Amino acid sequence: MKMTTITMKIDGKSVKAEEGMTVFQAARNAGVGIPSICFNEKLEPFGACRFCMVEVTKDKKTKLVASCCYPAEDGLEVKTKSERISKIRKVLLELLLPLAPSGPLSDMAKKYGADASRFPLGKGEEPTNCTLCGRCVRYCSEVKKLNAVGFVGRGVNRRVELVSELGNECITCRECYGREVCESGRFVVLAEEFPFLQFVYRGR
Amino acid sequence: MTKLESAADLGKLRKQILSRIDPKKPCITICSGTGCQASGCEKISAAFQEELKNQKLSDKVDVRRTGCHGFCEKGPIVIIYPEEICYLQVKPEDASEVVSQTIKGGKIVDRLLYADAATGKRIAHESDIPFYKNQKRLILDNNRKIDPKSIDDYIALNGYSALAKTLSGLSPKQVLDEVKKANLRGRGGAGFPAGRKWETTRNAPGDVKYVIVNCDEGDPGAYMDRSLMEGNPHLVIEGLIIGAYAIGSHEGFIYVRQEYPLAVENTELAIKKAEEYGLLGKNILGSGFDFKITIHRGAGAFVSGESSALMCAIEGKVGEPRPKYVHSSVKGVWDRPSNLNNVETWATVPFIINNGADWFNGIGTKGSKGTKIFSLVGKVNNTGLVEVPMGMALRDIIEKIGGGIPNGKKFKAVQTGGPSGGCIPEKFLDLPVDFDELAQAGSMMGSGGMIIMDEDTCMVDTAKYFANFLADESCGKCVPCREGLKQICKILDKISTGKGKEDDIKDLEDLAEVLRDASLCSLGQTAANPVLSTLRYFRGEYEAHIRGECPAKVCKALITYYIDPEKCRACGLCLKNCPVGAVSGKKGAVHIIDQGKCIKCGACFDVCPEKFDAVARISGRPVPKAVPPGTEIKKRG
Repeated sequence: MKMTTITMKIDGKSVKAEEGMTVFQAARNAGVGIPSICFNEKLEPFGACRFCMVEVTKDKKTKLVASCCYPAEDGLEVKTKSERISKIRKVLLELLLPLAPSGPLSDMAKKYGADASRFPLGKGEEPTNCTLCGRCVRYCSEVKKLNAVGFVGRGVNRRVELVSELGNECITCRECYGREVCESGRFVVLAEEFPFLQFVYRGR
Repeated sequence: MTKLESAADLGKLRKQILSRIDPKKPCITICSGTGCQASGCEKISAAFQEELKNQKLSDKVDVRRTGCHGFCEKGPIVIIYPEEICYLQVKPEDASEVVSQTIKGGKIVDRLLYADAATGKRIAHESDIPFYKNQKRLILDNNRKIDPKSIDDYIALNGYSALAKTLSGLSPKQVLDEVKKANLRGRGGAGFPAGRKWETTRNAPGDVKYVIVNCDEGDPGAYMDRSLMEGNPHLVIEGLIIGAYAIGSHEGFIYVRQEYPLAVENTELAIKKAEEYGLLGKNILGSGFDFKITIHRGAGAFVSGESSALMCAIEGKVGEPRPKYVHSSVKGVWDRPSNLNNVETWATVPFIINNGADWFNGIGTKGSKGTKIFSLVGKVNNTGLVEVPMGMALRDIIEKIGGGIPNGKKFKAVQTGGPSGGCIPEKFLDLPVDFDELAQAGSMMGSGGMIIMDEDTCMVDTAKYFANFLADESCGKCVPCREGLKQICKILDKISTGKGKEDDIKDLEDLAEVLRDASLCSLGQTAANPVLSTLRYFRGEYEAHIRGECPAKVCKALITYYIDPEKCRACGLCLKNCPVGAVSGKKGAVHIIDQGKCIKCGACFDVCPEKFDAVARISGRPVPKAVPPGTEIKKRG
């Protein structure tokens, strides 16, 4: 397929990108880092963590979009840093930190001045160390074509499960809980919940 | 039934049907929408059939089960044709009197007529009742006339004539231009111009395109889509076929909630009948245009009403929204161009085709054309479905059609647009109902929910109710909606139980802003509206709660029930009705509430006779010390 090169502006800098890229990829190619939790190069964009929100301006209209899903376009102006964006990231961190205190969030917290104690866990709530980014779920489905790991429950009850019916599909490739896919170590906890699968997780 | 092969065939069939109808033959129509089914229309219908048999009138009188009339407050509704006498709140035992008096004797049964609340005057015709008189019934009008299970009823009233006109004389481009010119805006919530959406799908690359009816209505208290889908399914189907023709689609879906069994049943039957008649399927009316419709039943998730989630559900996946930066009109169901519109939007299309865009533009405001159906519920005298021209003032809808607030209470707020709508205070009551005006006031048109609240409604409690509803219905995919709503609920709970702090309002505002700016779909983006609008217009109530007072005296944690020893007459009603035995007292002695036992259900408050008015509900001020047990009541002086 013939690639068309497009030009856009990211944080005031003129940047070349290929048509079909997302704003997130275009920025990364140009050396502009945008934070994300649910992004993974091997996976389709998911748009769930919302850390990658940026401001795009087109036809003089500015809006906030998730850069991991927003298509790069010729002439698009992108701002990856602004007060509004920082506020979004700060609040998102404050919402997630109590649930996933270990892992990559704590480094980001300092940068955005997030207060981990602003929205404390309620009674009976425990940190799960899972941000529900869905990378394991999507990795199993998109890369391994297995769907052995899935989301269960809706809203605040949403969680990642290897339920027994789906667990049978698991070929114990151990890739879903590798650092490349899961950044928070959620699967160590999961193994304890499912003793029959524990052998899978040995040696993490 | 041989298939209709041309527009002329349809015209002939219409003539045949009309020739079979004797306009002078009496007909009893019984509203059989879901609301009236709940209030017993099945039994009423059986009673009328039985009574006609008994009085040997079975072949002289028709009985017809119609769709929802909208005046659900007064259902079941029975109308006697040809005089069109309208009886309200009919019971099975009324059947014999109606048949012998009205059908046989030509006399009106006064007690079953509508009585004007102010003058007590009886009104015999539906169209003269203020609830109907002040409406403009366009889309809903045929609901009361036809049996939704009969395609002939629909055809008799000019049904499918817009389709015939389209297929026999208009090009797809002409249809599209007409709808664009009509400025029809989507009735499902956002008010996006339907013509522009159709055009995008039409121009999107790909041979296979879909058209979809969104009947996943889930707003609490809203039922306009249900009433249309179950009461006049052919109207929606006709609109859909016309749209499909304009767009170049040959396959459509009607996504209807499983919780709407009557809508599912009537739509299934309507599709089957339309196929039999050659109005659906291959070579419709001999035009060479093919179109088929599949019903997809929703599995109960509110979020599936969001277009991208609905399309996921049609694909057989979990109904979760996906980013729509590439519109679903370009890449929707199975990545194919898919045009989704709400039930009411589709139902408006045949009227535009038949009467023209100019006619449609003559109704409504500059930015919002045509009529809109609202479900008017809450603290209003006449609850039900109302259809009004865009631009009508909220005050007129509430007062002229709704008949004002019951029990002489004061109006406090109206929430438009369902759970994600905003609460608009009194000062905006003269606002015209219009997509843009409502948005400016911090609410939205939404699909047409309109909940009226009176002075006894606590706005913090209201915001909490809707936040909890949305938190329950959030799919949980994106962080702001899942975690943000959870925190909003927690904070509102704190405030309503008297544990709120000054900082809580700031936290609510921050969360609401992030929810609006960063959520993936419109559920999350609008979820903060109830909180934001109540903070904007009723901030004082939040502050009062934080100080420990619920001004509307609703939030249980902030109120105390107290029996005024000066007023208590020791009638014992409160003692008898208290479910937890918190009231003590004896004959001649002032009754006392044990605050430790009281669960604040308000039973004592409700039963204390008005003339004594001894039970007080106290919030925000100290509760007087209880009198010693056995204190004698005050002698009447």
